[in-house]
Amino acid sequence: MRPRLLVEGAATGLEGPLLFLRRTLDVGLHEAVEVLGGSPAGGAERRSRLGRIAALDEEQMTIEVLESTAGLALADTVVRFVGAPLDFALGPGILGRVFNGVGQVIDGGPPVAASARYPIDGLPISPVARAMPRDFIETGISAVDLLNSLVRGQKLPLFSGGGLPHDRIAVDIARHARLRHVEGKTAADEFAIVFAGIGLPHDSAEFFRHSLEQSGALERTALFLNLASDSSTQRLLTPRFALTAAEYLAFVEGRHVLVILTDMTNYCEALREVSSSKGEIPGRKGFPGYMYSDLATLFERAGCLRAEHGRHGTLTQLPILTMPADDIGHPIPDLTGYITEGQIVLSRDLDRRGIAPPINVLPSLSRLMKDGTGAQYTHADHPALASQLYAAYARAVQARVLASVVGEEGLSATDRKYLAFGDAFEQRLIHQDGARTLEQSMAEGWSLLAGLPRSELTRLSDAQIAAHLHTP
Amino acid sequence: MSHARVRWISGPVLRAAAQGPFSLREAVHVGPQALLGEVVRLAGDEITVQVYEDTTGLGPGTEVRGTGQPLAIRLGPGLLGNIFDGLLRPLTASGSVYVQPGARTAARTEYGFTPLVVLGQTLEPGTVFGEATTDSGRKLRCLLPPDADGEVIRISAPGRYADDAPVLELRLPVGEPRPIAMSHVWPVRVPRPVRRRLAATRPLVTGQRILDSLFPLAQGGKAAIPGGFGTGKTVLLETLAKGCDADVIVYLGCGERGNEMAGVLDEFPRLTDPRSARPLMERTVVIANTSNMPVAAREASIYSAITVAEYFRDQGLHVALMADSTSRWAEALREVSGRFGELPGEGGYPAYLSSRLAEFYERAAVVETLGGETGSVTVMGAISPPSGDFSEPVTSHTKRYVRAFWALDVKRAQARFYPAIHPLQSYAEDAGALAAWWRQQGNSRWPELRRQFLTLLDDQARLERMARIIGKDALPVRQQLTLFCAELVNEAFLRQSALSTIDHRAGPERQAAMMRTVGRFIELAEQAVAAGTHPERMSELPCLRAVQRMGEDIDEENLPRFAELSARMEHEFGQLSSQLSDPPSSQPDADPGGQAGAAPTHPTETPHAPPTAG
Repeated sequence: MRPRLLVEGAATGLEGPLLFLRRTLDVGLHEAVEVLGGSPAGGAERRSRLGRIAALDEEQMTIEVLESTAGLALADTVVRFVGAPLDFALGPGILGRVFNGVGQVIDGGPPVAASARYPIDGLPISPVARAMPRDFIETGISAVDLLNSLVRGQKLPLFSGGGLPHDRIAVDIARHARLRHVEGKTAADEFAIVFAGIGLPHDSAEFFRHSLEQSGALERTALFLNLASDSSTQRLLTPRFALTAAEYLAFVEGRHVLVILTDMTNYCEALREVSSSKGEIPGRKGFPGYMYSDLATLFERAGCLRAEHGRHGTLTQLPILTMPADDIGHPIPDLTGYITEGQIVLSRDLDRRGIAPPINVLPSLSRLMKDGTGAQYTHADHPALASQLYAAYARAVQARVLASVVGEEGLSATDRKYLAFGDAFEQRLIHQDGARTLEQSMAEGWSLLAGLPRSELTRLSDAQIAAHLHTP
Repeated sequence: MSHARVRWISGPVLRAAAQGPFSLREAVHVGPQALLGEVVRLAGDEITVQVYEDTTGLGPGTEVRGTGQPLAIRLGPGLLGNIFDGLLRPLTASGSVYVQPGARTAARTEYGFTPLVVLGQTLEPGTVFGEATTDSGRKLRCLLPPDADGEVIRISAPGRYADDAPVLELRLPVGEPRPIAMSHVWPVRVPRPVRRRLAATRPLVTGQRILDSLFPLAQGGKAAIPGGFGTGKTVLLETLAKGCDADVIVYLGCGERGNEMAGVLDEFPRLTDPRSARPLMERTVVIANTSNMPVAAREASIYSAITVAEYFRDQGLHVALMADSTSRWAEALREVSGRFGELPGEGGYPAYLSSRLAEFYERAAVVETLGGETGSVTVMGAISPPSGDFSEPVTSHTKRYVRAFWALDVKRAQARFYPAIHPLQSYAEDAGALAAWWRQQGNSRWPELRRQFLTLLDDQARLERMARIIGKDALPVRQQLTLFCAELVNEAFLRQSALSTIDHRAGPERQAAMMRTVGRFIELAEQAVAAGTHPERMSELPCLRAVQRMGEDIDEENLPRFAELSARMEHEFGQLSSQLSDPPSSQPDADPGGQAGAAPTHPTETPHAPPTAG
């Protein structure tokens, strides 16, 4: 690495987050810089800001300042060149600590004893080195375990809306998540949690901290907080610092890590803000055209590696995003859904009716469910049961639409049975008061199907019907 | 070779001052890591270069070295069974967990070589001059490059040689003799020449009933698979890659998930090729540019894939190319175009999106190769339209160039009804040309049954709209029968689970048997209704469940059981009509007494008096 170099008085312009400098030394694209200058509050106080080199030519360099540029002046701005891309110094003992959005300790404790520095952008994992995620995680939530199973190494977002209990669900998953039937359970089987709050209101951040503390999970959690009041450009860095820490825990320390990223909508808004201030051509709804690739560089940092690489940890992601106006077609949920391995969708309608957790299973999906369920992983009849429940519930929802127009009397006898099934499905299977084991969820599922005529159960084999559904 | 020095750089685009001549689309190496790039613009002494890798650390003054060649890839026996990045560099070569920028070349591998030409023979371009044997025992032809011909002045003896070692030397009409190896290099953006294009006559058998029987794709055809997220594009493409009857599969993961590629690499070696009974991986070439790999290489990956497909086609093989997803490719095109400062067109895409799509899909064909054989490239491209809206530019442009359109439907996917192909939004232009093939397979009623199924499904959509207003029970009996039969087509014939051990693939014979069984059930149901039975009675028939589950229950080895099932249907329908003729009533539809008498086991069933009956 080159020695740190200071450049003073080379600034020629400032435009939003972009700082233009005369190029007086040899630097490379995307290298990190530190910009020292006046603080937004004015006065004599000087502040340090992170930035990176965005473009270079023979005379000039363009620096993207990753924090507010208010208060900077051309004359007295000092730029320190690091000579390497932005990185994060990590070492043992990061669990139980609280960091700000750019990886600085803010819990009043000593700094982390670093053993190495890791670039925050990471590197793409080679598809050849990836192992297929297969270990079923029991979350205690029937709508997830039974119908949209989560596996270790998956990235499964929660699509929510303002005012819906996504925080509660994320905490419940973080608290209950465990592997089934692990003999001689050790601490290493427990999930380490990396929590990244991106533009989070203070009370949400406090809720997470408090809930994790109460359940005793705080010692195995690393918190990264970029609060709503913090700089919005920093929001682009928060998930990167958090994921770098998570990769360290998973692939260096060998732990199983669950990363909760909330709220990704704030991240995308920040991306839009920065992009427009750079004068880039806006895409759909003003979001930049590269938002898909940008989100992918975050979400693709989940997974597990093949045994021969000797890195036994796994990285599971649970991003949370609030759909603007509850619209699943909005670019943020839309692009996310194309990258992640499924989605869990919350419904305002179910929430109003007191169904908790209010998970709308029809648009929800877990793409890796097929790899982590069945005889070897959960139960031989689990996939068929889930498929039959889905088919029946979809039909029930159809019957409901019909009944809302022509009335229940206008329905056939079969459709009326479906109507009853639909209500029971929501109240008995989706709604739950405490955590359930997979066996309990499955038993509930079979008992719901008992209310439908046998001839309707086309997704189940005769043997499955005989084994689980006793003719009344 | 020419040199240049970087003047300006931003993201994957750089401008450099050239010393010496560069040509448009010339491949270049950038910086000490020799990052691969391509010249995309020339202006005076300045060249604009698109770099295919992460440019972190580059700056003004960095050296750019020309190669004098367009962007090209090496085609040879080492392709099958391997995984490559978008520029066809092996991903297995590095041994690292991460994809690092910089040059990667495969370890030199040796293959068995058997010469098929003799000294003094004059060879035409594209001639088969030898046979290469891979370690798995598969024999592949060694082709003379399409731009080489002349007299053989040296040919190696049978033995093992590296794939890029010269095994043949040609005396050209002019100039130096040309050494030829088992593999050769071909520029990715140039279609490989053929003698002529042929007409499509037989389908690519995919093993998926809804495709082969309702929306067939001809060998050498092109299909688009649009669908919102979660509708099963990737599962469908993977199922096709596993089950279709092509000789070689080129599977392109373009801007998609890393875990999906891992899944292919995990699963394919353990599965069996339905044709050769060898491991499926041996007929597969995987090209992966996952969503977190450099964007610019995504743009090139689609050309690498189709060039590989053409190379196998030129050996007289039938190749299927699955591209997942072409939308990511178009987005890469858009992103790079934005960096060049080009004027954006519809949806922000560059104005040349349409012509680029046309160029790509036109490379799919059945051809007579330069060597005089028949080969084909069939292209299936997934499209990921934003918010599932098929009117967006990539879908609408693609629609103009493909022959088959397999539209995936959110509603079906949400009910876990797979494959979630919407029978009304999909089409297949090749269907007419393929009737003869189905007749040869013993399904002479194919066009008629296909038409009948599609009509039923179309009527169903219409009637369900009506039922939403007046209630299902208020529909006339004949229309209730239509709804019943359409549901049967869906459940018994179209639904096919990719995860089922029996039903993940249905051969043409089984498809024909199932089609006939469903067709016969509909006939019997129509006769029964004409005789006065209410459709609701038919849903009580025990054989209905057997028909609905026949795909899961009857495998390829037990085709006679379909005949047994048909016999059972005849028997149960016979009983139904004999029950009906027992009671005195002759107009059961209008007579509650007769209905109750005919169905003593179902006393609760409400009689129906539809408005149009009688």
